[in-house]
Amino acid sequence: MNPFRRSPFVLVATVLVYTFLYAPIIGLVLYSFNASRANVTFEGFIPAFSERVVMDGSLVKSSPCGPFHWYCDLAKNDDVAEAAGNTLTIAVVATIVATVIGTMAAIALQRYDFKLKPFSQLSLYIPIVIPEIVMGIGVLTLFSQLFGWVNESFNLSGDARLSLGMATVTISHIAFMVPFVTLVVQARLQGFDKSFEEAAMDLGANEWTTFRRVTFPMILPGVMSGALLAFTLSLDDFVITFFTNGPGSTTLPIYVYGLLRRIITPQVNALSTVWILVVFTAVLLLQLIQNREQKQHS
Amino acid sequence: MASEFAVEMRDVVKRFITPEGNEMAAVDHVTMQIKNGEFFSMLGSSGCGKTTSLRMIAGFEWPTEGEVYIEGNAMGHTPPFQRKVNTVFQSYALFQHMTVYQNLAFGLEMEGAKEDEIKKRVGRALEMVQLTGMDRRRPRQLSGGQQQRVALARALVKTPDVLLLDEPLGALDLKLRKEMQLELKALQQQLGITFIYVTHDQEEALTMSDRIAVMSKGQVQQMGTPVEIYERPSNKFVADFIGESNFLEGKIKSLSKKEASVFIPGLNVEVTGMPISEGMVKGEEVVVSIRPEKIRIADKDTKSNNMFRAKVTNTVYIGADTHVYVDVHHTKLKVLEQNRISRLDPKSFYVVGQDVWLMLMPENTLVLKKD
Amino acid sequence: MLKRLRENKSTQGTLLALPTTLWLFFLLIIPLILTLVISFGKRSPDGDVIYTFSLNNYTRLFGYSTDCPEGQASCFNPLYVQILWRSLTLAFNTTALVIIMAYPLAYFIARAHPKRRNLFLFMVLIPLWTNFVIRVYAWMMLLRKEGAINVIIGGVANLLNIPFTPLEMLYTPGAVLVGMVYEFLPFMILPIYTSLEKIDTSLYEAAADLGANAIKTFLRVTLPLSMPGVVAGTILVFIPVMGTFIVSDILGGRQVILVGNLIQRQFLDARDPTFGSAASLILMIMTLIVTYFYTRKFGFGEEIVPA
Repeated sequence: MNPFRRSPFVLVATVLVYTFLYAPIIGLVLYSFNASRANVTFEGFIPAFSERVVMDGSLVKSSPCGPFHWYCDLAKNDDVAEAAGNTLTIAVVATIVATVIGTMAAIALQRYDFKLKPFSQLSLYIPIVIPEIVMGIGVLTLFSQLFGWVNESFNLSGDARLSLGMATVTISHIAFMVPFVTLVVQARLQGFDKSFEEAAMDLGANEWTTFRRVTFPMILPGVMSGALLAFTLSLDDFVITFFTNGPGSTTLPIYVYGLLRRIITPQVNALSTVWILVVFTAVLLLQLIQNREQKQHS
Repeated sequence: MASEFAVEMRDVVKRFITPEGNEMAAVDHVTMQIKNGEFFSMLGSSGCGKTTSLRMIAGFEWPTEGEVYIEGNAMGHTPPFQRKVNTVFQSYALFQHMTVYQNLAFGLEMEGAKEDEIKKRVGRALEMVQLTGMDRRRPRQLSGGQQQRVALARALVKTPDVLLLDEPLGALDLKLRKEMQLELKALQQQLGITFIYVTHDQEEALTMSDRIAVMSKGQVQQMGTPVEIYERPSNKFVADFIGESNFLEGKIKSLSKKEASVFIPGLNVEVTGMPISEGMVKGEEVVVSIRPEKIRIADKDTKSNNMFRAKVTNTVYIGADTHVYVDVHHTKLKVLEQNRISRLDPKSFYVVGQDVWLMLMPENTLVLKKD
Repeated sequence: MLKRLRENKSTQGTLLALPTTLWLFFLLIIPLILTLVISFGKRSPDGDVIYTFSLNNYTRLFGYSTDCPEGQASCFNPLYVQILWRSLTLAFNTTALVIIMAYPLAYFIARAHPKRRNLFLFMVLIPLWTNFVIRVYAWMMLLRKEGAINVIIGGVANLLNIPFTPLEMLYTPGAVLVGMVYEFLPFMILPIYTSLEKIDTSLYEAAADLGANAIKTFLRVTLPLSMPGVVAGTILVFIPVMGTFIVSDILGGRQVILVGNLIQRQFLDARDPTFGSAASLILMIMTLIVTYFYTRKFGFGEEIVPA
């Protein structure tokens, strides 16, 4: 028996919540085809493919790309390309570092006893229980005070002066991603039967071989989901990046935020749509790979 | 061979810190000598120290005090991968991300064996456990019994001097378990290597072992052959743990070198000619242990020695045997009768309330020290 | 050397945990200490920090003001207290609304056919994967005077021949609330789903067998067993809502100023990091106090770690 299963209340609420979740996204995508440059009201799709862009006031009458005018516009935008490059570079580097050191810490916390353990474990909860902005201004203060002191004491000038940029963003991203990686891997390790490792050692493998051939392959799914979480956190991050970025390290969220405070053309919508599609495809691919692996294993 | 003993534990103690912060000795001054080629079992209920002892032999734990010797060599803190013993785990611990072949080959790769040699030895090992043709399967695709065989083959393919088995049959159903018991025993005799077998199942231990160590609270209670352990338990714990026993209080009335007369107040009889253990004195309060199947039951008094009257209070029919519960002067006893003839006619057997006569055979009763 | 390391499990553990611990120490704990130190400092005329011990930032935050009319030496300025109070009530309202919306959906997914559950979950995650900033922007477009909501209502009103003037929805507290709910809704759905999905269906059968009807089963069995999910979701929603400044920045304009906006402005526009640090510490203390009392009452949600 399953009470509430066919409850009309649950069904109606479900439909409403899904509508609430998707209405903004559908609007966002629709407006990326808007003929109006001002992008305040929807003035219909851009009609024709033509030799050149024809404008009538703020309305696009025709474009070589037709309805996809704003996407073409986006492709020509070097700032977007740079921001996308920065975002990916930061996310990839930070994910690799955070996954490696986070997994090491998870193993230490789950398997070993050491003096530092309570402190290490507790510090993992900081990013969960403290608002991101508090950490954001914290690292900003740290970097600005530290850099100010270093620049002054060593009389650095010009390019040699330390300043906010890609490095500070990446270092800060790692700091708030590591706890999530560690907690995810730790959760996986909790269900890990130690006898697998004992069996490997019993069969003649030393500690390192045991880790390489048995432990690591077995916790790999956990490490992968930790890495994936870290990667999405980094891609999505606004607050930490906002306080730690400098010239030349603008990421996509920062770039979009900058646009929102100035003129908004449908280009922002086109960018958002591309973003959604890329993430959607990536996750779908990952799911498919996971499903295939699961099928192979069972 | 370097030593007559395959494995020796000398005065080994293993202490753990409990989560509450107390110290607890899981293994408390254990000394055991396990001979080459022997099928040796450690028997006891959970927490008796049998698995910890086995883990110290394998090298997963190190003794707090004392020393473990393998082939006469002190092991100290030698890690498991440098010991010539292999383990069959209770959970099998088969590597899920490897095929059956890869599982078996793993240990040989660690030895640095060549590929064609690995192939040959893995093939032989699979044949030995009747799993030929399964080499490309994954452990999860096998039945419980097959997984158990893979675990066994994975340990045996390394040709260890000593094979350690930690309740390897615990996860199998009864029928399969009985089959595997005989198979394991046959395999051990065929290979001639030492098996150290940990189990909580007394029947399993009695079936397979050359010698058994009965353990409790981290200590060895008795070590001996199955017959010795069953017929001559050295204390009340062993008598109670292995098989069933009626325990009665008694007092030694007189004694010679090997025999004693004991008065049992509960039955109001004096049993003569009972075998005793060393160090007993006249007038000592003792415990008399009588196995239910060793009490003869009759409906008439045959006027022989050590015979007394009882009343049937309950009978339980369990197929091959019937348990008869009797009352003698408010002392309850359990008697086991084999169903040699059909019990279909209820009148053919003892009924509740009936008076019967019981006979004790002194050579089958035991006089044990009081705890 | 190697042998000694092999036997010394404690050193092994320390070495493995060291990179993470150091990283967190230098980038989470030291910054917090620095924030504390600076909050007692003063702003120099050119916007730098003068290290002293002064409680001025805190007294200012709680309403003490020297900028008073009619020659008064000091007076009460409720501005910052109002901001703190507004942030707190907004966080409570958002969390409550999010629970009300997330629970039925999580329930629906948990009770759906196992084959379809992943699809429904996937549908919850897709909006989450679009960027945080983009999601606020989407609502900005919907809520505008000329935006889709007004267009649709206007269209309906036109059909029914009712006079309609477009609603002013953007730059109101309501807009900020809607934006916050939208941003954090998935963080509540997932943990509630996880705890609902864990419930053994035989418990429902047992409850029915013992005579409970659907509503009683829900109240006495389902709801208590799903509390860990609600608790985890609350922590994952309440804390970030307290500190977020983009939603109010974009959907609230200058009308809805929250602690997050206050802190951000002190660091970037007003150039008074010392006052910003004090505000940020008060924000942290407020969230910690609320979380402490909340978790003491309901326990720390197990579902907090996304898996």
